[in-house]
Amino acid sequence: MAKKILIVGGGLAGTIVANGLCRQLREDLGAGNVTITMLGASPTHMYQPGLLYVPFGRMRESELFRDQRKVLDRRVPFFVDPAKRIDVEKKTVTTESGKSHAYDFLVLATGSRIRPDTVPGMAEGAHWFYDLEGARKMRDALQQFPGGRVVVNVNAPHKCPVAPLEIVFMLREFLAAKGVLDKSEITYTYPIGRLHGLEPVAHWAVPEFERCGIKSEIFFNTKSVDPKTKTITSEEGTTLPYDLLVTIPPHTGQQVITDSELGKGGWVPTERNTLLREGSTNVFVVGDTTNLPISKAGSTAHFEADTVVDNLASLIKEDRWARHYDGKVFCFVETGLNSGTYVWFNYLTPPNPGPPSQMIHWFKLAYNRLYWLSARGLL
Amino acid sequence: MSERHKVDARGAFCPGPLMELIATLRHAEIGDEVEVWSTDKGSAKDIPEWIKKVRHELIGVSENAGYWSIVVRKMK
Repeated sequence: MAKKILIVGGGLAGTIVANGLCRQLREDLGAGNVTITMLGASPTHMYQPGLLYVPFGRMRESELFRDQRKVLDRRVPFFVDPAKRIDVEKKTVTTESGKSHAYDFLVLATGSRIRPDTVPGMAEGAHWFYDLEGARKMRDALQQFPGGRVVVNVNAPHKCPVAPLEIVFMLREFLAAKGVLDKSEITYTYPIGRLHGLEPVAHWAVPEFERCGIKSEIFFNTKSVDPKTKTITSEEGTTLPYDLLVTIPPHTGQQVITDSELGKGGWVPTERNTLLREGSTNVFVVGDTTNLPISKAGSTAHFEADTVVDNLASLIKEDRWARHYDGKVFCFVETGLNSGTYVWFNYLTPPNPGPPSQMIHWFKLAYNRLYWLSARGLL
Repeated sequence: MSERHKVDARGAFCPGPLMELIATLRHAEIGDEVEVWSTDKGSAKDIPEWIKKVRHELIGVSENAGYWSIVVRKMK
């Protein structure tokens, strides 16, 4: 009987797993010993980091999307029919359309979503760039912005750890180019007692903020936004006025994870090295969906997916485990519209970002195009 | 019935133990406890400092073999 691999989620992690398995299991696929099926929520695949450039007119919307059917190996049946209920006891996933998919191995790659609705007033009062609709509205607001008080507000948890700092530096350069920087003030708020979760990045940001005249409020966990008075208030008791509020909203996992009782907040408890769902021997979890205390980033999804590909293929072909995930994360950091740096770390190696350069920024711009090779499992 | 959520943030560089605690508190119920394990020495100071600011309850801080355990009760 063919081994059935079911991948729930058509984002980067799920797509790399599917394409990588097709490569490593090509003989088994051809012989009918293995089937790989994907369930997704959208017929298109979005390059999410591109959203950072949309508010500034630096990327066209069409550059962010490809037909998922063309990104995915043609041997993978792909259904745009999101999972509604995941039953790990019965090894079955039921979809929105009512279809049931049985599996021998399950890969949960359902990602994360922004939840501005969980903070009173945020949806009405704030802009964000974490989805296309939000990025469009922010683009319009920025084009009309005559200068004033900008608050960049960061909430936990969120994906793409460095995007909050990137948007601050890019906003500043945008306002300068628009000729309104002298009429503006940017204040950045962050939930903990420094400018970033990554200590070296926070340390690097302090003199940069001073040099650029960017203000900050640390220990700021958003309690509410008042769109009428245009103020934002923290649990810690601070209220800030704004003329333009850009938020990185708090995120949760997907509803199907919560509804299936697989994890509070939509985050699935995951073993940090094997990436198996805690308590499972046949359910892998990759990407933002895990509850791991690790960056929710594209590179995390990529390196985790590579590990799951190796292990799943090895289990099927050789009935043995291949390797552990070492916690690797690699993130570019845009430090303006023309410069950038990067930071990498794993469970044992702390981060140590280097000085920004135009060359690294150009490499990031190149990766904006090379991403599709990663999604296809080639890079 | 209150629950204890466990966050093993040992070796977690990003987003770090306090951010993980904040994220876990978001989906915890009032009265639930969150136990954070951290190898980051600063957490033993940062986390209690933040808990006091937002008025959750610090249940305890203990140092084990190579890591700290900090237990917080969600109060609001």
